[in-house]
Amino acid sequence: MRLKKHPILKFKRKKEITFFYEGQPIIAYEDEPIAAALHAAGITTLSESFRFHRARGFFCAIGKCASCVMEVDGVSNVKTCIVPAMQGMKVKKQIKAKVSPEEFSGPKVFKQTPVIKTDFAIVGGGPAGLSAAIYAARFGIKPMIIEENFLMGGQLIKQTHKFFGSKSHYASIRGIDIAKILINDAQEKGVDIWTSSSVVGFFSGNTLGVIKEGQYYKVKAKTILISTGASEKSISFPGNDLPGVYGAGAIQTLMNVYGIIPGKRVLILGAGNIGVIVAYQLLQAGIEVVAVAEALPRIGAYIVHSAKLKRLGVPIFTSHTISHVFGKDRVEQAEIVEINNKWQKISGTEKRLDVDTVGLAVGLSPSVEILSQAGANMTYIPELGGYITLHNINMETSIPGTFIAGDISGIEEASSAMLEGRIAGLNATNKIIGENKEIEQEITKNQKELVELREGPFGEKIRIGNQKLYKEAENNGIY
Amino acid sequence: MEYTKKGYFLEKHIKFPSKKRLREKPVAIIECTQNIPCNPCVEACPFGAITIEGNINSSPEVNFETCTGCGFCLGICPGLAIFLMDLSKGYGLVTIPYELFPPDKGEPVDLLDRSGQKVGEGTIEQIRNLKKYDRTILVTLKMDEKLIKIVRGFRRKK
Ligand SMILES: Cc1cc2nc3c(=O)[nH]c(=O)nc-3n(C[C@H](O)[C@H](O)[C@H](O)COP(=O)(O)OP(=O)(O)OC[C@H]3O[C@@H](n4cnc5c(N)ncnc54)[C@H](O)[C@@H]3O)c2cc1C
Ligand code: SF4
Ligand code: SF4
Ligand code: FES
Repeated sequence: MRLKKHPILKFKRKKEITFFYEGQPIIAYEDEPIAAALHAAGITTLSESFRFHRARGFFCAIGKCASCVMEVDGVSNVKTCIVPAMQGMKVKKQIKAKVSPEEFSGPKVFKQTPVIKTDFAIVGGGPAGLSAAIYAARFGIKPMIIEENFLMGGQLIKQTHKFFGSKSHYASIRGIDIAKILINDAQEKGVDIWTSSSVVGFFSGNTLGVIKEGQYYKVKAKTILISTGASEKSISFPGNDLPGVYGAGAIQTLMNVYGIIPGKRVLILGAGNIGVIVAYQLLQAGIEVVAVAEALPRIGAYIVHSAKLKRLGVPIFTSHTISHVFGKDRVEQAEIVEINNKWQKISGTEKRLDVDTVGLAVGLSPSVEILSQAGANMTYIPELGGYITLHNINMETSIPGTFIAGDISGIEEASSAMLEGRIAGLNATNKIIGENKEIEQEITKNQKELVELREGPFGEKIRIGNQKLYKEAENNGIY
Repeated sequence: MEYTKKGYFLEKHIKFPSKKRLREKPVAIIECTQNIPCNPCVEACPFGAITIEGNINSSPEVNFETCTGCGFCLGICPGLAIFLMDLSKGYGLVTIPYELFPPDKGEPVDLLDRSGQKVGEGTIEQIRNLKKYDRTILVTLKMDEKLIKIVRGFRRKK
């Protein structure tokens, strides 16, 4: 089902098209991903587990988890959450692993591999990547942004709420509109934007392997920024693989980017900022939020966010976790249970909730795959979200000329992602055009703002995490 | 902190103006005392009535004497954390920033407190949907005088 009206968003649907799912015609709109259009048509099972044939749906909706792969026009393993449906496309459930020798046609050989040369290649077009491009372009560089999704803007394009922070971080402007401002600015400054383009490898000599529309390219860059963001974590409980158990960000994507109703009655797990924001956004779309459950004995979100939910009567259960999801082909019920301070379930406190959707907002992990493949020095810092690429305060990694910024350098916020992006973009510019006083001043200014932003109680985790990180980076000769 | 357990600020965390001030004209009440990195309310007030001491992580405060009750800060605050209280009309009025589907003017509603409990009944006195508030609407609820300190939400009757 599609949303018809929304108090904040207007859904401008493009041309109607028809594609086929297992031979059955499905109506979609241009620029609607296959998985989203199927969901709108009530089809939530996209594949089956290979051995036990359990129903599988999507989970992240941003191309990070591979839970949505299907066979599209004879090609297997297509991530249907980020590939738009096209007129006449034939989509099939993928019910076995396509690696049997008969079916595996061998690696695809590209006869020609165009080589693209650039001063500054940016992987990921979220707030971090866009800010880096804009700041580098201010000093005459022509950066290139390589973005896997067909839409630019990263996580911003699904945030209907006004952002916190100060004026220089676009406070009080809705995330969706910050995305528009950044994308316009980058376009006006002549940034070369490649959408629907995945970076699949990072090779010696600062070379990236990129796949765009079935063609393989090599991008040779003087400097590189990896700003690939983060992916949503899952947790284990019986039934966590059922369609209807989605990352909270996936619910947002479906509902706020494509205007598709994720479900009718929702349980949100996790009362950090993401959990309570998504809960409010569900109410905005007219969907019932049955409860928010949080394992910690307290609410981690800004209280101004949780207060919005509470005063509308949405219960938030602290010291509660999910113990079970029931259902055949999709979520039909969920059970939550109270836990004690040793995280043990307290029997007799189970509550069964009639929900058809469970949104997991239990944390994000930085998307570091490209850099770990490239052999950059990594470390594990729980405060920053898990595995992190070592870097210094200029955001440079152990690979000279390669920078990181945004959620990949520690899970935080769009405001810090933008500041880090600016810092990385300016430092890359410095490398390309030689040190420049004006650039140095801009770097210092943005570094100061970042420190200030992290001074409060909510910045504590990042402060502790970064302290550990900088120490380790120094021990590894990165400073 | 008690409020991180409950998910909302309690009356004791919030600064209220005097009864005398409430009888004069509407006044802004800020319910944001958690030291979050945010400050657009300060610049939003055309009368300079909101200040944040120290850095961006400190909490905002309203000078109840300079505040005119114009409501502009309510439409700007991303936390939807500023309300108007008013006793100048002989009954109680509370204005709430709101981003769900708007109710209708004159509609009878259940009045809810900060925890979402029903504490009385009232009506929608006014709805302000101004361009400068960018889709945040201001809903003014009419109620019994003694409810204005506790009512922060409402539920439409089915
Ligand atoms: C529900 C929710 C609410 C939030 N609320 C706020 C808030 O109120 N205030 C705030 O400041 N922040 C908020 N945030 C956080 C903010 O959105 C993120 O911190 C921010 O988007 C991180 O920016 P980024 O550029 O690092 O990553 P992203 O925005 O995730 O962008 C990364 C991009 O990289 C692309 N990519 C990944 N891998 C590849 C590849 N191999 N090849 C090519 N491209 C690739 C992705 O498609 C994506 O577009 C919220 C986040 C969520 C989920
Ligand atoms: S109501 Fe008007 S005068 Fe009062 S603090 Fe808000 S913006 Fe300022
Ligand atoms: S704008 Fe709102 S959320 Fe931000 S500091 Fe001011 S009152 Fe708090
Ligand atoms: S990759 Fe499509 S749902 Fe995660």
